[in-house]
Amino acid sequence: MTSVSTREPTEVKKSGGFTASAANYIDERTSVSGAVKELGRKIFPDHWSFLLGEVALFSFVIILLSGSFLTFFFDASMAEVHYDGSYAPLKGIAMSAAMQSTMDISFDIRGGLLMRQVHHWAALLFVAAIGLHMLRVFFTGAFRKPREINWVIGFVLFILAMAEGFTGYSLPDDLLSGNGLRIIDGLIKGIPVIGTWFSFLLFGGEFPGTAIVGRLYSLHILLLPAIIVALIAMHLLFVVVHKHTQYPSAGHTNKNVVGYPILPVYAAKAGGFFFIVFGVVMLIASFVTINPIWNYGPYDPSPVSAGTQPDWYIGFADGAMRLVPPGWEFVWLNHTYSMNILVVLGVVGLFIVTVMIYPFIEAWITGDKREHHVLDRPRNAPTRTAIGAAGVTFYASLWAAASSDIMATHFHLTMEGVIHTLQATTILGPFLAFYITKRVCLALMKKDREIVLHGYESGRIVRLPGGEYVEVHQQVDDFERWKLVSYNDQKPLMLRPNANGKITVPEQVRAGLSRWFFEDRIAPVDQVELDQAHGAHHTEIEGSADKPAQISDK
Amino acid sequence: MNPASKARKGRKAGRRHPLASVALIAIGLLFTGGAYAAFSTTTASAESDANSQQTIDDGEKLFAANCATCHGLSAQGSGDGPSLIGVGAASVDFQVGTGRMPLQMQGPQALKKPVQFTEEQTAALAAYVASLAPGPAIPEGEVLDGEGDAAVGAELFRINCAMCHNVAGAGGALTEGKFAPSLADVSAVHVYEAMVTGPQNMPVFNDMNISPENKRDIITYLKYIEDNPSPGGLAIGSLGPVAEGLFIWIFGLGAIVALTVWITAKSN
Repeated sequence: MTSVSTREPTEVKKSGGFTASAANYIDERTSVSGAVKELGRKIFPDHWSFLLGEVALFSFVIILLSGSFLTFFFDASMAEVHYDGSYAPLKGIAMSAAMQSTMDISFDIRGGLLMRQVHHWAALLFVAAIGLHMLRVFFTGAFRKPREINWVIGFVLFILAMAEGFTGYSLPDDLLSGNGLRIIDGLIKGIPVIGTWFSFLLFGGEFPGTAIVGRLYSLHILLLPAIIVALIAMHLLFVVVHKHTQYPSAGHTNKNVVGYPILPVYAAKAGGFFFIVFGVVMLIASFVTINPIWNYGPYDPSPVSAGTQPDWYIGFADGAMRLVPPGWEFVWLNHTYSMNILVVLGVVGLFIVTVMIYPFIEAWITGDKREHHVLDRPRNAPTRTAIGAAGVTFYASLWAAASSDIMATHFHLTMEGVIHTLQATTILGPFLAFYITKRVCLALMKKDREIVLHGYESGRIVRLPGGEYVEVHQQVDDFERWKLVSYNDQKPLMLRPNANGKITVPEQVRAGLSRWFFEDRIAPVDQVELDQAHGAHHTEIEGSADKPAQISDK
Repeated sequence: MNPASKARKGRKAGRRHPLASVALIAIGLLFTGGAYAAFSTTTASAESDANSQQTIDDGEKLFAANCATCHGLSAQGSGDGPSLIGVGAASVDFQVGTGRMPLQMQGPQALKKPVQFTEEQTAALAAYVASLAPGPAIPEGEVLDGEGDAAVGAELFRINCAMCHNVAGAGGALTEGKFAPSLADVSAVHVYEAMVTGPQNMPVFNDMNISPENKRDIITYLKYIEDNPSPGGLAIGSLGPVAEGLFIWIFGLGAIVALTVWITAKSN
């Protein structure tokens, strides 16, 4: 990030030798020392889950590097050629120049196959790391004020990453990618009124035409990466502006950040971590095949291979289409309405938009306008965690449905059985996940409360003079207790009339949602309770006074 | 047989008979051809056995003991199994030779399992079923040699076979628990027999549909992908993006998360 040679620009007066004079030279011409001073002293907290975004960033860098290599040899043309490369089972077969150049990259250009596999594996890792990073941000409440906009930027990056992935997947013009494009074509044509027009516009005529690879190439290597780079820059800028969030722990407050400065510790760690991620991707790419286009052969509209799926990140959309029961199309006024497609577009679209604007929804429901720099432990926000679990269940059901055929063959099930099960988990699963997660969170909070008040089980059994056996409970230390008691205790919003003395319907809805969000809650232990419990500690052995924590209603 | 019998007729005239040289050549050809046939393929010897009434009788006994419960005493079929009249030796050789028959239990489809009969027994069963009515014979000779055109075979495979068996022959799902099996380690003769007889859910690809020459090409392609491991490294089942996605989530991201934990671990 920051060049190390400019590290000591203010120490010129000491005889620093070449480094110092070079740093001085640069500083006198760029005034960079201010930025280095500011950034170099920026503190970042240290936790493994904070590195997931970095994994995504590093994967993107790997993708840029390997992708640049591929552009040197890829020919984004759909002109018909006859393959004449090294791979015998395709010799003499008619294919597009795009497919031929991809074959050449794979078989006849030194290092080409490795770079292709690096590019593709890094792309899968990129989106997966974004996904995991997003889950971390969601479940810890890191999207709350002031980071709502950064959540939206991150989410748009996720969508753009999927778009990058899909356009890249389509470029080799092999059978698999052609099948994928055909599905997209079908989706577009299923939209009433504009569908057919839009499909012809996109493909430059009847599918597949001879234009689509070139167009996707422009998007893939020019427009989408440019937007992604710009948004990544904004995303990172906001991380610097907002400060990094930190987990609740002793001494962690909304006003400080506990961690290491960027220079030298964090920069060294992050720099080293880049090479570790690069190494992992290289290892995978060296040993494991990805997208063997030589098996798929050139695109031809008639064949479809068994086990044809999109890359994993598009799987949820593919799965959603597989889950639609047959017979949803109808004809009205001489036009066919493909509800099997429109419902999927609607549901998936709604899901995506909901996730994108979730920070604003939650802020509106909770009425919380405070800044939050200390993360929530997932259990301390039971309703949000439960909503997240429901969303994950919904997504995972759709995602799993994309591999319904593979599950059927590999687990010796019927395809119909797999589909019907996943239809049920898609609809009922989220409710079940919501309920179970919320109860688990509340139970964990109760347990935390219990530990704070009465300590944890020490494993030491004591026999009392009366013959009774009890286990001695040990008090948690102050550091641990901080973590267990320092969370926000939010209550449902009060329904209040507005300036005109009226209670509006939106306010009623909001109050209702707020009640739903917060009505089941466990209050953090306060000082009075703590003193009482610990006062009691001296008079009776802990554990015998088993006062259950209370769920306060309403 | 014919030239040999002619030679026998002319025995009185001895080796001076005008047809003696013809007979000599005929005998010579018979021996060389016979020896070639005996050495070149084992199926050919089974074929010559298959013609004998003895083999057919053996097959009938085996059939009565092992197959008739479902297929009926004279292979006419029953509620539990189809008629085998006219299915041909190829069908028997495929079903019995891959262990699918005798059926272990009724289910969506017969599964491949350890072969229950010796080659002679299989050949005898095939001879018996072939003797009931004409049907596809067990293929032999150059159609199985895997020396055809792999590129043509690959294209035909993608068009005709890949929708069920997957482009790399890794297999795929069908409806109601049925599936197209993986073609890895399936012998050339069984692949050919499957094409001509259409076992279970598979359609028949007769010689009008895919010529024997093209069947040879398909076998050539399958042999090629079996003999040449994926140039990219581990093929992870040749199952496509699902396997790749699982791999990156479990091993890729799994390894990286483990590394993030290691990097941020506090030193003791």
